[in-house]
Amino acid sequence: MNLLWLQSGGCGGCTMSLLCADTPDLLTRLDASGIDLIWHPSLSEAGMDEALRLFEDIRSGHLRLDALCVEGSLLRGPHGTGRFHMLAGTGQPMIEWVRELAAVARYCVAVGSCAAFGGVTAGGSNPTDACGLQYDGRYPGGLLGKDYRSGAGLPAINVAGCPTHPDWVLDTLHLLARGELGADDLDDLARPRMYTDLLAHHGCPRNEFYEYKASAIEPSDLGCLMEHLGCMGTQAQADCNVRTWNGEGSCTRGGYACINCTAPEFEEPGHAFLRTPTVAGIPLGLPTDMPKAWFIALSSLAKAATPQRIKENARADHVVARPGRKPDRK
Amino acid sequence: MQLDVGDGQVDAAWVNSPLYRGFEQILLGKIPDDALVYAPRVCGICSVSQSVAAAFALGDAYRAETPPNGVLALDLIHAAENLIDHLTHFYLFFMPDFARPEYTAQPWHADIHARFRAIEGSAAPEFLQARTAFMHLMGLLAGKWPHSLAIQPGGCTRAVSARERLHLGNIVGAFRRFLEQRVFAAPLDEIVALDGRDALLHWQAAQAGQPGDLARFLALGEALELHTLGRAADRFMSFGAYREADGAPLFARGVWRDGGLDSLDVDGIAEDVSHSWMAGDTAPPRTARTLPDPGREGAYTWCKAPRLHGEAVEVGALARQLVDGHPLIRDLVAATGGNVLTRVVARLLESARILLAMQRWTDALIPGEPFHNPAAPLADAEGIGLTEAARGSLGHWVRIEGGRIRNYQIVSPTTWNFSPRDAAGQPGALEQALTGTPVDSPRHPRKIAVQHVVRSFDPCMVCTAH
Repeated sequence: MNLLWLQSGGCGGCTMSLLCADTPDLLTRLDASGIDLIWHPSLSEAGMDEALRLFEDIRSGHLRLDALCVEGSLLRGPHGTGRFHMLAGTGQPMIEWVRELAAVARYCVAVGSCAAFGGVTAGGSNPTDACGLQYDGRYPGGLLGKDYRSGAGLPAINVAGCPTHPDWVLDTLHLLARGELGADDLDDLARPRMYTDLLAHHGCPRNEFYEYKASAIEPSDLGCLMEHLGCMGTQAQADCNVRTWNGEGSCTRGGYACINCTAPEFEEPGHAFLRTPTVAGIPLGLPTDMPKAWFIALSSLAKAATPQRIKENARADHVVARPGRKPDRK
Repeated sequence: MQLDVGDGQVDAAWVNSPLYRGFEQILLGKIPDDALVYAPRVCGICSVSQSVAAAFALGDAYRAETPPNGVLALDLIHAAENLIDHLTHFYLFFMPDFARPEYTAQPWHADIHARFRAIEGSAAPEFLQARTAFMHLMGLLAGKWPHSLAIQPGGCTRAVSARERLHLGNIVGAFRRFLEQRVFAAPLDEIVALDGRDALLHWQAAQAGQPGDLARFLALGEALELHTLGRAADRFMSFGAYREADGAPLFARGVWRDGGLDSLDVDGIAEDVSHSWMAGDTAPPRTARTLPDPGREGAYTWCKAPRLHGEAVEVGALARQLVDGHPLIRDLVAATGGNVLTRVVARLLESARILLAMQRWTDALIPGEPFHNPAAPLADAEGIGLTEAARGSLGHWVRIEGGRIRNYQIVSPTTWNFSPRDAAGQPGALEQALTGTPVDSPRHPRKIAVQHVVRSFDPCMVCTAH
């Protein structure tokens, strides 16, 4: 499967994350998946002149494009001209290149939340009129339009995440190369279900604190980050705490909140990222599939039943109260 | 990039940055702490540096104090990014250019091609494996890389246990082996002790047989006379980097001009926009605005032109090592100035120095002691965060009013190096460095020398105009 990678209006972080692919490394995995990276702006030896000849061969049908990966948001501004990002050496806006190449690609993959939905580049006043390949925030449309289907009949596949996990990208590409990823394998935002069927909450080492609503107050406390520090792990669709990052890492393992970066419009949560908004002391944004009354009842019960050990550790940055054992029977 | 070519060399260059995203506009009106979410996303290559600058700026505004463990953890995370950045540049971006077909006829080409060809050379998989293992340090200390939220005004969110400190030591130690076996084929102490050009040549000669990649590069540099390429004004700046236990930076702050060291006057920094697609006039970052003006007459890039007291300066590893006074770099620059060769040597030398410091910092962590002191946000405050990314000086300026970000300005390393002309007509560092570069000479066919000069700055295009 030949693969062309373009970088649009993002930070390049998804490529940097890709280079962290683990066990085996990126090159071994591409090879094992039968993927031929025909061009990547920073990983290929070939310069722009050669890349342009390649694009021409694709446009004219001399070279089959199996997979087009786009990283970064699509910048439509100013005034619909796309001039905020010109493809170096072409005098042509990146959005035009993406439209033309997506039209002939067998699969089209949005790498990261910028390419999927607009991401951080579309934050604030969205000064560059940034959008995703087939979404503008949470709304279908984006650069390619909601009716776009790639050669194989699929929408643009949204490997969302900021950055996206190297495994999410490589497993998606591997499945595509094997012809094993179909419409049923994508969720309602066209994200591969193999990583969005789980929540960031699953496998979080703070789960014991969550059970008893034993909460962290300050960054570096060990307790649950949901009640006060903005954590959205119970709603964020991603397997970050099961398939960890850079070895044994994840956001909540690193001591800070999950900001739900695989979701559209995560960049504008409407409140401070690291503070949980509350109404009458009750956190907003409870788990979506839990009735609020039950949550309140359960959490007051849990708080009343919190073991001393958990209470103490929740407010410390290292274990201060150790698990005990039952007294020996006489 | 637009080049005026005459008589086989570049007469003048205009460097264009073709991407604008508008981070400084996006940050307006935000809650100050939210800058810690947005700032790293300015750049996926130096996201930790952006975090550090943002945390320093907010910490400065809030008068935050960081406990010793927090300082060390932050140094480790930041150093890991900068170190890996240098080597990613060397192995994946810079060296593959010498494996290109332009050089097929050169006697050294077969060896370089086998070792450094993009993706397929023997170095790429070796480096990527070592890199991935090393980045486990980020998983442990920062949760993930890039785009961590672990770095806060007042320290780090992740405390390290005794078990984890051992693990960190192993990770850093394993990467030291990669440096000593592949990059240098020599002990790091031997590399950092090189005290001048003669010592370097002597060391290189002794490497014959099974050379490391530094010696390979030096031989190539000799054959292609890389010391004759890419000299700018030899005016360098460093904000200084990494705080040691005594408060002094590991790499000093300062300015190197006219062959001597000056102190840095941060208030002398201003950004000129006369040739940028930006509205407004020259202003210091404290009060400057960033408003695109795509119709601006005479403009040719989204990049602003930062100047220090009106002068264009070069930033990066070469500037850092020169300002810090490393004898090898001082001697090389005295002999041939800043150029393609000295920039790359400085980057590799710095990698060795960083690794040694990381081992020291890992040992100094004290499990059980705090890693973070909470800082109380202030509704009205100003702050400056200065640090060094791998590719040079990075500064964030924040003004907070009524609990919201009223102004936020970011001056990134590549903005200095790739800046356009200013109102006085003075070109930026790369524009100066490209002047005189041979185009299609027997030694440097086609425009390959231009490519080497551009790459020697380790540019980051997303940072440039941000």
